[in-house]
Amino acid sequence: MAFFELRLAKRQEPSPLWRSALVFTGAVIVALGLSMLLLTVRDIAPLHGLQVLIMGAFGSGWALQDCLLKAIPLFLCSLGVAIAFRLRIWNIGAEGQFSLGAIGATWMALSFGGAPKLLLLPLMIVAACVSGGLWAMIPALFRQWLGANEIIVTLMLNYIGILLLDFLVYGVWRDSSGFPMTAAFSDNAIIGPIGTSSVHWGITHCLVLGLACWIFFRSTRLGYEIKACGDNVQTARYAGMPYSFLVVLVMVLSGTLAGWAGFLEVSATVHRLQPSIMVGYGFTAIVVAWLARLNPAGIALTSFLLAGLRAGVENLQLDLQIPAAFGSIMEGLILMTVLAGGFFLSYRIVLKRRA
Amino acid sequence: MNTELLIPLLAAAVVSGTPILYATLGEIITEKSGVLNLGVEGAMMMGCFTAFITAKLTGQPWLAFFAAGLAGLLTASLHGVICLVFQGNQVVSGLALTIFGAGLANYLGTPYIGLAAPGFSPVPIPGLAHIPVLGPILFNHDPLVYLSYLAPFAVGIFFRHSRFGLSLRSVGEFPAAALAAGLNATAYRWAGILAGGFFMGLGGAYLSLAYTHLWTNNLTAGRGWIAVALVIFAFWRPGRAVFGAYLFGGIMALQLRLQAGGTSLPSSLLLMLPYALTVAVLLFSCWRQGTRAPANLGVNIEPSS
Repeated sequence: MAFFELRLAKRQEPSPLWRSALVFTGAVIVALGLSMLLLTVRDIAPLHGLQVLIMGAFGSGWALQDCLLKAIPLFLCSLGVAIAFRLRIWNIGAEGQFSLGAIGATWMALSFGGAPKLLLLPLMIVAACVSGGLWAMIPALFRQWLGANEIIVTLMLNYIGILLLDFLVYGVWRDSSGFPMTAAFSDNAIIGPIGTSSVHWGITHCLVLGLACWIFFRSTRLGYEIKACGDNVQTARYAGMPYSFLVVLVMVLSGTLAGWAGFLEVSATVHRLQPSIMVGYGFTAIVVAWLARLNPAGIALTSFLLAGLRAGVENLQLDLQIPAAFGSIMEGLILMTVLAGGFFLSYRIVLKRRA
Repeated sequence: MNTELLIPLLAAAVVSGTPILYATLGEIITEKSGVLNLGVEGAMMMGCFTAFITAKLTGQPWLAFFAAGLAGLLTASLHGVICLVFQGNQVVSGLALTIFGAGLANYLGTPYIGLAAPGFSPVPIPGLAHIPVLGPILFNHDPLVYLSYLAPFAVGIFFRHSRFGLSLRSVGEFPAAALAAGLNATAYRWAGILAGGFFMGLGGAYLSLAYTHLWTNNLTAGRGWIAVALVIFAFWRPGRAVFGAYLFGGIMALQLRLQAGGTSLPSSLLLMLPYALTVAVLLFSCWRQGTRAPANLGVNIEPSS
């Protein structure tokens, strides 16, 4: 061994898909293993825990439907943050934008509950998108005017957006029952389930929006400019691309998608506004976007997997009384190991004979 | 407002500002070495829980305080592994650290929710505590507050006058030059991350050992993120961090007082105050344009082959 040493060499060309897939799988297995070991703290055999997790996530038709249901808001929020990440704008605020979207949609549902469905639903969507989009525009404007760090502003607006929801449902919108929630929406404000399943028609919105996003980046000028500026701001500015405008645009689009997710959550899943809709989809969306390397198809797949993780953790909670925080541990660990694994995609380790 | 109300409020501002002060100092140390650690909240949570459980099991608050520092250091070391060894993105790694650290602390702490642990109580400093106005505001607190008075000076002297501190700053500004001068840039960044994590852990410890004396979920409630913002407000200077931390302590104390005093304002609006203030403070410091961030903040040093 003394005659050899390990050296690092930067890879010249991007890694092929099989290597990315291999590193990703390896990283997820390491993260799963580590988190399952943590179950021993609560006297639960790691393999048993893993089994309960997987059964809860993908073990039955009902579980799979639950995964799809959870994947819908994750997908939309993640699609949104990925647009901003393309331009290297760190939108950590999907959670707040989701909240604002839900608030906007609820406002319409409560104000015009008697309007026909074909009018009310689009109205709710527009209100949700505008609220989410404007909420996301605030950090973009602050960033371009004053250079305020968008990570911190979006994050603080999360807290404020969630508290705004609380303020409304504990105050002016409180239902006559006295619980902190609005009255149930009228039928016209509700997107129904597909057949007898628990999955709702909102999933078709995901298909359309995901496709639109893909086309936007593939074949429109703006999409190209966003990618170009994301790769190198200096060069792109020199080429005359409107960087400040793009920053505001990506944030508004980002917030619009998160707002749309908020709309679906109140209109199709919960049928009213209540604080319990804020379960951290906006934060998980960041994990999803990063794991999927910002690719829309990848985001669809990863949303489903991380929705599975959430469903699995819920099963751990029910069956084995594992605290909900276990889900955060797993998400954090997966993100860390995948991040570290990225090293093997850009560098290779070579064994060199010592001279 | 008369002095009978103002003095207790300012004293409470110092107390609620102390955990933020420790955490802000930690983030300043880390950022000076050129590493952006957004995992402050995670490191604080781990410190917070470690302090609680150590105090509960051993009954030794000082041991608990020190253990919390170590827990913060260990949590932050994950950031070092990802960013310094594996060249991971510093922003994403920091976020992962926050998600993981807060999750782990909440997970391990679940059986102890609502339980109390021994901690620190106020020890008036003889003589100083009786100075009018300043005495009750500054010198009628627990020992961890007094220690936090010394910390900014220590950090300031370290960066301005010690060889190690100057080298650490040079790595944050221009690692290539530091390398050429024969410094091990990566080692200095490790030092920045670990020492910073230690301070973040101490900040978390203050919450469970002196502020609440008991354990609940998400005890830090965004203080780690406020610390990240305060570093910018402080223009990366320990002295200004003190001012910023007490400003936030003040607004938190005021919010609690208003809530307890039974105002007509809903609590959700009052709870928004610190977060809205964070944005305001950030905008103010961007407008003022003081000292700039370390030039190489957030940029990894690529390994040479």
